Amino acid sequence: MDISLKNVEYRYQADSPFERLAISDVSIDIPSGTYLAIIGHTGSGKSTVLQHLNALLKPTRGSVVIGSREIRAKRKEKNLKGVREKVGIVFQFPEHQLFEETVEKDIMFGPMNFGVSEKEAKARARAAINLVGLSEEILEKSPFDLSGGQMRRVAIAGVLAMEPEVIVLDEPTAGLDPRGRKEIMDLFYSLHKQKNLSTVLVTHSMEDAARYADEIVVMHQGKVFTKGTPELIFSNPQALIELGLDVPEVVGLQLRIEESFKTKFKKISLSEDELAEMVAEFLEGGGLK
Amino acid sequence: MMEKMIFGRYVPGDSILHRMDPRSKLIIVFLFVCVVFIANNAWTYGILAAYTFIMVGMSKISPRFLYGGLKPIFLLVVFTFLLHIFMTKEGDIVFELGWLKIYEGGIRQGIFISLRFFLLILITSLLTLTTTPIEITDGLETLLNPLKKVNFPVHELALMMSISLRFIPTLMQETDKIMKAQTARGVEYNSGPIKERIKAIVPLLIPLFISSFKRAEELAVAMEARGYKGGEGRTKYRQLTWGMADTGMILFLAAVTILLIVLRG
Repeated sequence: MDISLKNVEYRYQADSPFERLAISDVSIDIPSGTYLAIIGHTGSGKSTVLQHLNALLKPTRGSVVIGSREIRAKRKEKNLKGVREKVGIVFQFPEHQLFEETVEKDIMFGPMNFGVSEKEAKARARAAINLVGLSEEILEKSPFDLSGGQMRRVAIAGVLAMEPEVIVLDEPTAGLDPRGRKEIMDLFYSLHKQKNLSTVLVTHSMEDAARYADEIVVMHQGKVFTKGTPELIFSNPQALIELGLDVPEVVGLQLRIEESFKTKFKKISLSEDELAEMVAEFLEGGGLK
Repeated sequence: MMEKMIFGRYVPGDSILHRMDPRSKLIIVFLFVCVVFIANNAWTYGILAAYTFIMVGMSKISPRFLYGGLKPIFLLVVFTFLLHIFMTKEGDIVFELGWLKIYEGGIRQGIFISLRFFLLILITSLLTLTTTPIEITDGLETLLNPLKKVNFPVHELALMMSISLRFIPTLMQETDKIMKAQTARGVEYNSGPIKERIKAIVPLLIPLFISSFKRAEELAVAMEARGYKGGEGRTKYRQLTWGMADTGMILFLAAVTILLIVLRG
C-alpha cells in the first residue's frame, strides 16, 4: 500500500492561545515495500508526521493519501477503521497500552476490533508471540507480571497480530538493552523482507537508519530538511552535524581517519567491512608516508 | 483529542487578574461561591452574570478559547437544566404531552440553577486560568495558616492540591497518548454506537491507573531523595504581595453583594 503526504501542515490546538505549528509543507512518498527512516532532533516534527500515516491526526493543510483513501484538511473523515487496519503503529513505549487480563487477550484485542473471529485471533496471537521471540506459555500470564522487555514484545505482538501492510515504528527500541535492541530491529527487518511490508521507522539512532533503511528523511524544525538514500544522506555528514545530529559510528570513524591522515576516501562507507576495505586499500597504496 | 480541555490549566498573560495576589483571588472565588446563592430573581442573576463577564473581560483570555475549552462541561449544564425542567413540579403547567408535564417553576428553576452552575464554572476556571498552580497553593497555604493551631494539616493539604493540579496536564497528555495507541488498534472513541464507546473506556482507564500509581511512587521517592520532610522549617522563594488591585477587587465584589441583597426578591 502506498502512502503519500502532500504539502502537509499541522498545527496543534489550532485557534487557541496554545496554537503551535508542528510541521509545515511536508511532502513524503512511501511506495509499497519501502523501508523509510525519519530522523531528526526532538521536536523536529517526526512524531507528528508519524501520526498522519494512519489518520490519527488530520492535516490542517495539505493532504495525505493512504492506499485508496485521501485524507484532506478541513474535511470530516468518517470510518477510518479500514485505514487503521492496514497501517499498524508501534508507539514509543508501547507497553503502556497493555490492559487485558492475559497476554493472549491483549494481543487478540487489535484483530478482534477489526472484525477477525475469535478463533482466528487466537491463532494470530500464537503466531505473533512466536514471532517476537517469546514462548507460548506467556500467553496465559497477566501482562503486568512480565519484565519491561517482555511487555514491549507483547505490545509489539499486539500490533503485528493485526497483520498490517504498513508498519510504523516510533523509537521502538527506546529504553531496551543493546541485545534487545538488535533483536527487535532485526525482527522488523526480517518481517519487512518476508512479507514485503512497508516500514516507517522514526528514530534517533543513525546506526539503525543507515543499516536498515532504503530511504531517509531528515526533519528539522517541522520541515523536511533533506531526503534520499542513506549513502546520499551520510555523504554530507557536515550538514547533519550542523543540525546537531549524529552520524553513524562508521561514518564518524571514517571522518576521523580522513582528518588524521589528510586524505579523502572515494565514498562514505555505511558498514564496517566497507570501511576496512577502503582503509586497507589506502594503506597498500602507501598512504602512510 | 483532549488538547482543547482547559479545566485546571494556566494561560500565561499580563492582565489585572494575572497580576493579582493569589490570596485575594481565592477569597473572591470563595465569596463568589457563597454570593451566588443570594440571587433569586432575574435582576440579581443578571448582575451576577454581568460581574462574571466583566471578570472574563479583565482576564484578557479569548472568549472563543474559553468557550471551546468549557464545551464538555456545558453538557453538564444542559443536563442540569433538563433535570430541573422535568423534575420540578411547581406553578402552572406550561406544556403537556401525555405523561410529560412541564411546569412554569421547572423552567425558572432550570434556567436559574444551570445559570448558577455555569457562572460558578466560569469564575473557578478563571482562577486556574490566570493563576499558576504554585501560586494557588502558596495562597491557600497562607490563608489557611491560622488553622495550624488546631493541628489541621495545612501544608500537606496544599501539597496535595499542588500535586493534583500539576498532574492534570500530564494526565491529559497521557490520556491522549493511550487513546491514540488504542485508536490505532481499532478502538473508536469519536464515532460508533454508545455501547461500544463505553466499552472503549476500559482499555483507556486501566493503563492510566497503572501509570498514575507508578508515577505517584516515583514522585514520592524523588521527593524523599531530595530531602523533603514536610512543611516544618521550609522557607519560601516566592513572596506574596498584596496590592491596591487586590483590595479594590474585593471591595468591588462586596459592592456587588450589597446590590444583590438589596435587589433580592
